[in-house]
Amino acid sequence: MRLSSVRLLSALLIAFPAIVLAQDTTSRGVRIGLTYDPGTKPGVVVLPVAGVAGDSLAAILSRDLDFGDRIAIIALDPAAARTAFRAGGPNWVLLARLGAAAAVQVTPTASGMHLAVYNVATKQTALIRDFRAPAMSDTRAWRAAVHGLADELEESLTGTRGIARTRVLFERGGRLWMVDADGQGETPVGSASTPGSPAWHPNGRTVTYSTYVPSQIVVQDLGGRPRAIASGAGVYISPVFTPDGGAVVYAHGVDDGVDLYLGPLDGSGARRLSVGRGSDNVSPSFSPDGRRVAFVSGRAGHPEIYTMDADGTNVDLLTPLDVGESAYRASPSWSPDGRLVAFQSRIGGQFQLLTVGLRDRALKQLTSDGNNDDPSWAPDARHLVFVSNRSGTRQLWVIDAESGRARQLTRGASARLPAWSPRIGGS
Amino acid sequence: MTSRTVVLSLVVLTSFAGLEGCRRKVEPAPTPAAADTAGAAQRRADALAAQAAQRRADSIAAANAAASRDATAASDRQTQMEMTNVLTQKVYFDYDRDQLRDDGATTLDTKAAILMANPSITLAVTGHTDERGTAEYNLALGQRRAATVKRYLVGKGVSEGRMTTQSLGDSQPAASGSDEAAYQQNRRAEFAVRGMSGALMRPRD
Repeated sequence: MRLSSVRLLSALLIAFPAIVLAQDTTSRGVRIGLTYDPGTKPGVVVLPVAGVAGDSLAAILSRDLDFGDRIAIIALDPAAARTAFRAGGPNWVLLARLGAAAAVQVTPTASGMHLAVYNVATKQTALIRDFRAPAMSDTRAWRAAVHGLADELEESLTGTRGIARTRVLFERGGRLWMVDADGQGETPVGSASTPGSPAWHPNGRTVTYSTYVPSQIVVQDLGGRPRAIASGAGVYISPVFTPDGGAVVYAHGVDDGVDLYLGPLDGSGARRLSVGRGSDNVSPSFSPDGRRVAFVSGRAGHPEIYTMDADGTNVDLLTPLDVGESAYRASPSWSPDGRLVAFQSRIGGQFQLLTVGLRDRALKQLTSDGNNDDPSWAPDARHLVFVSNRSGTRQLWVIDAESGRARQLTRGASARLPAWSPRIGGS
Repeated sequence: MTSRTVVLSLVVLTSFAGLEGCRRKVEPAPTPAAADTAGAAQRRADALAAQAAQRRADSIAAANAAASRDATAASDRQTQMEMTNVLTQKVYFDYDRDQLRDDGATTLDTKAAILMANPSITLAVTGHTDERGTAEYNLALGQRRAATVKRYLVGKGVSEGRMTTQSLGDSQPAASGSDEAAYQQNRRAEFAVRGMSGALMRPRD
């Protein structure tokens, strides 16, 4: 229904090309000036791919672009699929009738994949690129290469790089797991027992997490061995790397409340940042420039979200102080573009996700279905992964903070404490 | 044979001798056969009866003593169990609170008395929360509950070094379920007793 109205609108726009969105060229990759209504998403046809892995390649690519929420993927019926591309090139008339702003064609080659993008409005080939990719038999690496292609393609089409080649770290059944951003390729990470609150190093290859038996903060390279950088009596909770990757900020306390500490990666002398005076101060989340930290504090008698300078000074209440009996706001996640902090707030006995603007303090509620916890931003500053029981069990979900569109990321045993990775490098 | 055993044996022998002496006094004197036969028979019967009565009394006394020893042991066992139960008795909290309630303070008062009477015992205090709220804040809240308990016991004179605190947050619920009945069971401090080498001393009243 939605797709057809987009098609209709796009068709109208092509007929009356008065509204044309000219977009800037980005510094990364080649940019294509597509023609589409600024209020809608460009319609894109992924042309059928020949070869053994053709169908899955086209399917992964279509799904990645769809999950990015910036492109409307136009599905081809079998008849259209046969005629969308002919010996002479794209079937411009058909593509225009379908409302496509662009058509994408990927051809497997000996060394990887050949990408061609056709601009339907100008009837020209807008982009040609070759991508290296491992053999199909190496499913994991091959899928990663396809995700990488999808992310560059999304950047070419919309100006914003996609998040298909990212992963989400989470806790399930007393151990850490990773899952690709499209919900495929679930893999356990290490064998640590009772892990809590995982977080990514900016390099995308190292993680930190806490355990409570024994109580410690652990740093671990993916595929490497865990090493404790802080441990001892009391609790060690909610570690995050500083944005420069040089240290970990975590919560720790024994008999006099819980405060935030800055701990070097070599485990040497940690420095206390927050002055909680016996209250609980947990769940730090850095602004992308590393200058401010959002965190949860119970200093007003119930959990609210505050911000402070990275050295612990200049503490501000971020969320409007609600003195209601059940006021409870927690789990801040600072958006990678620095504009918003996502958090959970109890509303009518259940937790819902909200964002608050750093500049105007404007609140926006993102969820209302079931109980929703622990938001973590994707590197595109648009999508969030979170925990919801809306399907009946506690699973990870992804929501587009702009459109509100949500999709289920995990299935199976209960999952919690998700952390979205930065973009993962490599080709 | 150690000297103490010798002394003990002597004491036992002496008391047997004393007992023999007593019995001899009750023993009837031999009487001439030619005297009043009926009277003599009566006296003999009386003496035998007295002897039997004495033996019966002795055995009852012995049985009573044994029963009394058993009762004391049983009551000791019960007291030991009661004291252990008091030491491990959980303390419960209100939602999102680390303040002690009156019932919690009463429980801790009885714990403190036993701890003061038994200085070798140490306590590991673990704070727990119900499932509501975030895992991270709940770990901190559990730690605060354990710390509150420790602070109260220190205030009652138990030395700080005898208690450790930790938190398991919402990870180890005592009761499953998502209702207030389960939540109340789960908002608690638990106690593990260490250093119990022998019997517990009863606190002085």
